[in-house]
Amino acid sequence: MKTTIKNGRVIDPAQNIDAVMDVRIVSGRIEQIGKNLESGADEQVIDATGLVVTPGLVDIHVHLRDPGYEYKEDIVSGTRAAAAGGFTSVACMPNTNPCNDNKAITRYIIQKAQLEGFANVFPICSITKGQKGDSLVEMGDLKLAGCVGFSDDGLNVEDGAMLRHAMEYAHGFAMPIIAHSEDESIKNGGVMNEGALSTELGLSGNPWVSEAASVARDIMLAELTGAHLHVCHISSRRTVELVRAAKQRGVHVTCEVTPHHFTLTEQAVRGYDVNAKVGPPLRTAEDVAAMKEGLRDGTIDAIATDHAPHHIDDKNMEFSYAAYGMIGLETALPLALRLVNEGILSLQEVIALLSYKAAKALGIPRGTLAIGAAADVAILNLEHTWEATRQNIKSRSFNTPFENLSMKGKAVMTLRDGKVMHDEV
Amino acid sequence: MPATCTTLLNNEAIRRAITRISHQLLEKNKGCDNMVLVGIRTGGDHIARMIQQKIAEIEQIEVPLGAVDVTMYRDDVGSTRDPRPVGKTEIPFKLDKRNVVLVDEVLFTGRTIRAAMDAIMDIGRPANIQLAVLIDRGHRELPIRADYVGRNVPTAALEKIEVEFDPSGEAQEVRLLKP
Amino acid sequence: MSFAHKHIISTKVLSRADIDLILTTAQSFKEINQRDIKKVPTLRGKTIINLFYENSTRTRTSFELAGKRMSADTINIAAASSSVSKGETLEDTAKNIEAMDADVIVMRHPASGAPDYLAHRLSRCSVINAGDGAHEHPTQSLLDLMTIKEHKGTLEGLTVAIIGDIARSRVARSNLYALKTMGATVRLAGPSTMLPPGLEELGAEVYTDINAAIKDADVVMMLRIQLEREGGGKLLPTKREYAQFFALNPENMKLAKPDAIVMHPGPLNRGVEISSYVADGKQNVILEQVENGVAVRMALLYLLTGGSDKE
Repeated sequence: MKTTIKNGRVIDPAQNIDAVMDVRIVSGRIEQIGKNLESGADEQVIDATGLVVTPGLVDIHVHLRDPGYEYKEDIVSGTRAAAAGGFTSVACMPNTNPCNDNKAITRYIIQKAQLEGFANVFPICSITKGQKGDSLVEMGDLKLAGCVGFSDDGLNVEDGAMLRHAMEYAHGFAMPIIAHSEDESIKNGGVMNEGALSTELGLSGNPWVSEAASVARDIMLAELTGAHLHVCHISSRRTVELVRAAKQRGVHVTCEVTPHHFTLTEQAVRGYDVNAKVGPPLRTAEDVAAMKEGLRDGTIDAIATDHAPHHIDDKNMEFSYAAYGMIGLETALPLALRLVNEGILSLQEVIALLSYKAAKALGIPRGTLAIGAAADVAILNLEHTWEATRQNIKSRSFNTPFENLSMKGKAVMTLRDGKVMHDEV
Repeated sequence: MPATCTTLLNNEAIRRAITRISHQLLEKNKGCDNMVLVGIRTGGDHIARMIQQKIAEIEQIEVPLGAVDVTMYRDDVGSTRDPRPVGKTEIPFKLDKRNVVLVDEVLFTGRTIRAAMDAIMDIGRPANIQLAVLIDRGHRELPIRADYVGRNVPTAALEKIEVEFDPSGEAQEVRLLKP
Repeated sequence: MSFAHKHIISTKVLSRADIDLILTTAQSFKEINQRDIKKVPTLRGKTIINLFYENSTRTRTSFELAGKRMSADTINIAAASSSVSKGETLEDTAKNIEAMDADVIVMRHPASGAPDYLAHRLSRCSVINAGDGAHEHPTQSLLDLMTIKEHKGTLEGLTVAIIGDIARSRVARSNLYALKTMGATVRLAGPSTMLPPGLEELGAEVYTDINAAIKDADVVMMLRIQLEREGGGKLLPTKREYAQFFALNPENMKLAKPDAIVMHPGPLNRGVEISSYVADGKQNVILEQVENGVAVRMALLYLLTGGSDKE
């Protein structure tokens, strides 16, 4: 099977390529990149004139809800949403039911994605058994099964000794610890950012300190153990500063930010919009500015969605009782492209944060169009304007605060291993 | 603006009507010992005060004066786009066994009087209720009649009667407005 | 006259004209409560449901009396005795109630925003917030305003000190907005652990020294302290210490204006936030607040259901 994508503007930040070129794919691998490539009669030709051709995007933080919560999302619907958003690879969090703390679940996820899915799925396993915070998972065995990192995402590892040993042990296997850092005791049940707005709405506040204090601890444990710490979905100005300082003194720390944390402020919660309820919470304009600065100066390594699908029955209720999280796979690209319009990042930098830099943060071998690489490709129409509606979103759930917001930019085709996974050219 | 506007009563004519009503009240009730005046807001309370003053002139007695707001008793609550403003009912004396004279400016369908009588009956048990009005314009929808009338004015249903009061509550003029 | 609100969720959205109208209407209804026969036919055929997800004898009774005195049919639903405890969602419960052609749902709920949620999901019914979480308690605020106005003649230019657990007080929030709208100065005071962030942004003056808050105040409003609440011990050492530094007593009451009034939304913790000498003193208007509560709720029920066309 041979395919040539012709006349697209090829952007591959890993190779520092940005030019109108053709990309030839043979047997699921990138065979050749160059201008005016010859294509044989038996080849599939995709005309990408006026479009942007990039490595398939990589989202290192999603919840596919499979196994256990298939009514919210499953591997098939979740990867279909990924493909529609331009993603060819996702790393999925282990808070499934049962929890992904063993290789049976890890293999189930990988195999189901290969057989039925529309994107590669790289499982992240829990740090502790059942995410209960008291005993380590079999990290070595899970690495062999295909796991790319360890996280108790959704929960903080409260026990400092537990986290320290997890880092030491994971480091021995050259695996990252992916931390959802929020000090539960400081969070104290807070359901939104603490400030004048939480006071006005009468909702319990979760101050920035819950995240920053916990990240500070995690960074120092990484410093002590030498382990690779990846900090999930940072949300506060102080957290960016902590990561920046840690990087400067050589601590092996990486971090990600979600599109919602660099796009929205806590004001989105006004009117008790449960779709704006997310952990960590949306914060202030000052924090949003700090996220953008962190993206600009390289402190932040990746844009990741924290795609967290929830059924309407888990959301449609009193704000305090509603589930945390929002979907993000299909809105990430246009929201990230806003950063280009705002002059904060170049298009190449946005693509990098959504592909090879993100992959690199977790050591996932994806995110480039280098010769010989898996032919995971996204074809983007940067001018396409659209709105997220229940009808045009592929995810099984539709918990998004971005409903009916005008979006600019869309993945119009996605290929995984050279095969078309999403096509709206 | 209405097409035409006719003056029915000027201040002098109003005063004469009030004087006559006051004399009739005293005659019918053989004085004013057991009498109380209750004006229907808004308008009737002013007429009631004018009657009270006239009786004081004639008899040197101050008849107790109260005011009733019938909004809470109307039979059309909820039929207007906005809720009607609710005024205060102020009857600072017992109504039981008294001769209650209800006073209104204009008697029309009789529905306001019905509401006022219900309001009075909720507040006490009078010996009787009499009705005094400055103008009776006809078009009754309930079996109600006035005992004392300042002036009977035949009107068409779409016409309006307007009573103008000065800031002290003294009726200055009664006008007929034709659409 | 126009009253442009279909629901009463918050005092924040009430204009000065709205509040004036509510208080004037309440004064008219108050007369009924002083009659021998405390009933008028105004709301005959209207149905009012008191949907209470939290216990509150006082507020529920007040709404019930308000409805009954205007001849509406009032039904009380306590969360514990209904399908609520069977796991039915708030939306389903409310829609079932609306399907029974209720005109007003009066709701108390422990979650902030629950009445707002309800109001957005009902098509015909009006919603009155009878207290939601730490958000608002608009009817309590309006009865407070009515009581203050009766004593002071006006709200404009007054200084009102509200003292206690501001962080968890819906009464403080509703009063802050309504009093500010009416031109009063609002001082909020209490231990720092009970003063949430952003109060100044919402228009309040903030004090940790209650003597400073009481100084020259026209109104001193004490809030109930609930130490038994979860985490109470983290917020305050003891009731004894609270009483020592944050209670209203005959001594610090002298700092207020000589004609100042003392208010409390109830129920009182005598000896904790308020000394019995003050609670029973001649400056207290606590029972007048309760009396005005019925009148204010009658006024609101009338204003919400006495017109035909509310969008």
